[in-house]
Amino acid sequence: MSDLLSISALCCHDGAAMHILAILSASITVVGAIMVITRSIAVHAVLYLVVTLLSLASVLSLLGAPFAAALDVIIYAGAIMVLFVFVIMMLNLGQPDSDREKEWLRPRAWFGPAVLAAVLCGELFFGLRDMPDAGPISMITPRDVGLMLFGPYVMMVELVSFLLLAGLVTAFHIGRYRMEDR
Amino acid sequence: MPVFSFNDALLVAVLLFATGLTGVLVRRNLLFMLMSLDIMLNAAALVFVAAGARWHDASGQVMFLMILALAATETAVGLAIILRLHARGRPSLDADTGNLLRG
Amino acid sequence: MPEFLLPLIVLSPFSAAIILFLSAGRMPARYVGLLATGSVGLSAIISVILAVLLLSAPSAEPIRVTLWEWMHTPVFSAHIAFELDPLSLVMILVVTVIGFLIHLYAVDYMRGDPGIARFFGSMTLFIAAMLVLVLSSDLLCLFIGWEGVGLCSYLLIGFWYTNPANTAAARKAFYITRIGDAAMLCGLLLLAATVGTLQIDTLTEAVTAGQITPTAVTGTALFLLVGALAKSAQIPFQTWLPDAMAGPTPTSALIHAATMVTAGVYLIARLHILFTAATVAMTVMAVIGTLTLLMAACSALVQADLKRILAWSTISQLGYMFLALGTGVWQAALFHLMTHAFFKALLFLTAGAIIERVHHEQNIFRMGGLLRTMPGIAGSFLAGASALAGLPLITAGFYSKELILSSVWHANFPISSRFSLSGHVLWAIAVVGAFLTSLYIFRCFFIVFFGPLKKDASGHTPLLMAIPLACISFLSVFGGVVEIPDTLAPVHLFTQMLNPSGFFTHTEDPAWLLYAGAAAPLVGLSVAWLLWGRTSSVIQEIPGQTIIIRLTESGWGFDILYDFVLVRPFRFLNWLGRHDILDRMSSGAASATRRTNAFLVRFRTGILSYVSERTIVMTREGNVLLARMQNGRVRWYAAWIVTGLCVALASAVLS
Repeated sequence: MSDLLSISALCCHDGAAMHILAILSASITVVGAIMVITRSIAVHAVLYLVVTLLSLASVLSLLGAPFAAALDVIIYAGAIMVLFVFVIMMLNLGQPDSDREKEWLRPRAWFGPAVLAAVLCGELFFGLRDMPDAGPISMITPRDVGLMLFGPYVMMVELVSFLLLAGLVTAFHIGRYRMEDR
Repeated sequence: MPVFSFNDALLVAVLLFATGLTGVLVRRNLLFMLMSLDIMLNAAALVFVAAGARWHDASGQVMFLMILALAATETAVGLAIILRLHARGRPSLDADTGNLLRG
Repeated sequence: MPEFLLPLIVLSPFSAAIILFLSAGRMPARYVGLLATGSVGLSAIISVILAVLLLSAPSAEPIRVTLWEWMHTPVFSAHIAFELDPLSLVMILVVTVIGFLIHLYAVDYMRGDPGIARFFGSMTLFIAAMLVLVLSSDLLCLFIGWEGVGLCSYLLIGFWYTNPANTAAARKAFYITRIGDAAMLCGLLLLAATVGTLQIDTLTEAVTAGQITPTAVTGTALFLLVGALAKSAQIPFQTWLPDAMAGPTPTSALIHAATMVTAGVYLIARLHILFTAATVAMTVMAVIGTLTLLMAACSALVQADLKRILAWSTISQLGYMFLALGTGVWQAALFHLMTHAFFKALLFLTAGAIIERVHHEQNIFRMGGLLRTMPGIAGSFLAGASALAGLPLITAGFYSKELILSSVWHANFPISSRFSLSGHVLWAIAVVGAFLTSLYIFRCFFIVFFGPLKKDASGHTPLLMAIPLACISFLSVFGGVVEIPDTLAPVHLFTQMLNPSGFFTHTEDPAWLLYAGAAAPLVGLSVAWLLWGRTSSVIQEIPGQTIIIRLTESGWGFDILYDFVLVRPFRFLNWLGRHDILDRMSSGAASATRRTNAFLVRFRTGILSYVSERTIVMTREGNVLLARMQNGRVRWYAAWIVTGLCVALASAVLS
């Protein structure tokens, strides 16, 4: 965060609004993610996750990847989140569930994970601290991505299609209503 | 117009990843664990896109697409499992009750 | 003009299949049959037109259509492309004409079945997939058809899916052909890696120019051979075909005559240049074909189920085709494929008519004397049976089998550099096979149609079923005159069409070769007449029958073999996974520490008192720690993973 702040301080004349936007979206992303993992009501968490993903999409577009940003909005924030909402609706959660969540989220439960995550975070920061800044970041158009995708990566696309098919079959098989379960 | 630098993007990605990780470790509800996993996947995807932008290579965004497909598959299967557990009378969706791996 | 017709021939049944599947049973049954039969009939008409166009053209250039490029990478590209040359022309004529007649028959046969739309959808899709298979000029495109045929056979064999036995048979067919498909895919990948394309023209050019190493050629040929053997139900993959009888009878006719099992023969005929370059594969093919034809003929001799007899006879006839392919005379194999398609379709359709008339009784020993109640059916069954047996001069089967037999006699199959298998041996076995063929099919004929009446036949065969029977009867009697041995009359229309540049001529053939081939079925017929046809005191059992029956019922032990080779290892792996060996080891370690613990307690009073006390504490703590680690909670495991990650990162960053 401090890096971002320093950048914003440096560039106050040209494109300052863009930098403010960058800081804003980055911080909303992280804060939204924190909100997701602390909520006790599932729908709230999903809404915060949508916020996180939308701001992440703006981060992506500021990184010069408009195609990825659009996909993030359409597929992630759109399709996958709708899936979550559907499942939450089908689960029919209520007051007892959120109470139990609150009970599970005692401060004691936070200690270990927080320490682990902090250690990991610190190590990563330490490892990345003196990485040279690599000059300007360039824009990558959807055209480039498409050429790459259906050029050298075409086999990968086929493999991913297999993966999606396998996922589809699995989800269908697992989610199928069976008489003997009841 | 790209205004982010590579290091800033990495910073955001690290924070996101750590947050998602904490979520996976803290939450006992499978639904929240899945959401946290999605956050972690997004952090990884962000690193790919940032690296692609840094070295001006579209492969980064190709990888982003792959991760997107992976996340979609993972979420679909995970949610199907959740529904299944719910239908079998496990309303709490407590991850700790599924402990058949116990030694 | 012809280029425009070529995709249409596939498109017609394919679109019919899509309409039928999408209609999901809402379409009236009459229109369902009409649509399916009409679409396949349209294909048949187009293929006849194409045949006229192709054969009347002065140049022997095949018709080529490239529809689109399927995938393209710098080192490899695949196209969806069709090509019509004489070889595929024969196949599309067989597939569409026989397919059309079977559809026509099925309209009446399946009347009243609730799943009729599903049935006809699968049937037309079957035809479409087979047409893709035989028309495509790219092996990857061919593979689409290959898999499509497998899928449709699965759908159709398990058509009456409420009976678990039917679905089991469908699964068996699917799994076993899948083994072959995996091998075939390996062969295709090997080819793609060595040549860089799967275009059949380019491949054959590369093989003839010697651009591929002999090892690669042999490997590819063996892989593709395994695929073809599985598809065509040859040893050791033959077990699925007799079980595939679970489907409706028109399906069996389609699988056995026009589609599916002929795909393997077609593949090898299509790539005969590749296979000719791999002598090992050729020898293996010929030997397997010979063994299969003998084994299947023996099995057919002792079956009691009408449809099973026909199924084993199909395997046996396919063995003849593989023998011909292994000898290198793919033209003969294709000729036999064509005549076999005629008479096998006829036999199956007749069998279906018989079974329907006698109230779904399939055991031939409970039929009998049906000649009087259904003379027309008996006539067409006789036509099919004599064509299958290859009764000389008057049937189609004689000419094609004769072509195979006469070419096998001269062949030589090198096994290693010094040894080689003479064609005479295989010829002798094939002649014995011809004798057995005649024996078992006339056994079936005499038992079903002669003797006392055991079961009343009711109703009469409807016209819509009788017309296809009549057409195919005609074909199976007269379809063979396009190719006649030189000894009788030099007619070589068929082989000249396939290979205009000239074909092998057997002017030096001794005449007794032909007579031996002609005598075998006649001897078989007379023996069958003596054993089963003469009087009411029928000898129904032949000596040693019980042993053979037991063998054939268990699929000649192949099912058991599969159980040992394939199923058991999987079960074992499963067992390993379920019982978690690592877990056992860890709990073993825990109990070991506990024992050491107890052991050390005994020596506590000794000099080692202090040390042992320490050790006890340490082992106990270790035990507790180990047990803690394995608490079965996913979150804890995740935490351990992260801890490991942290440690690894720390060592990477700090070093």
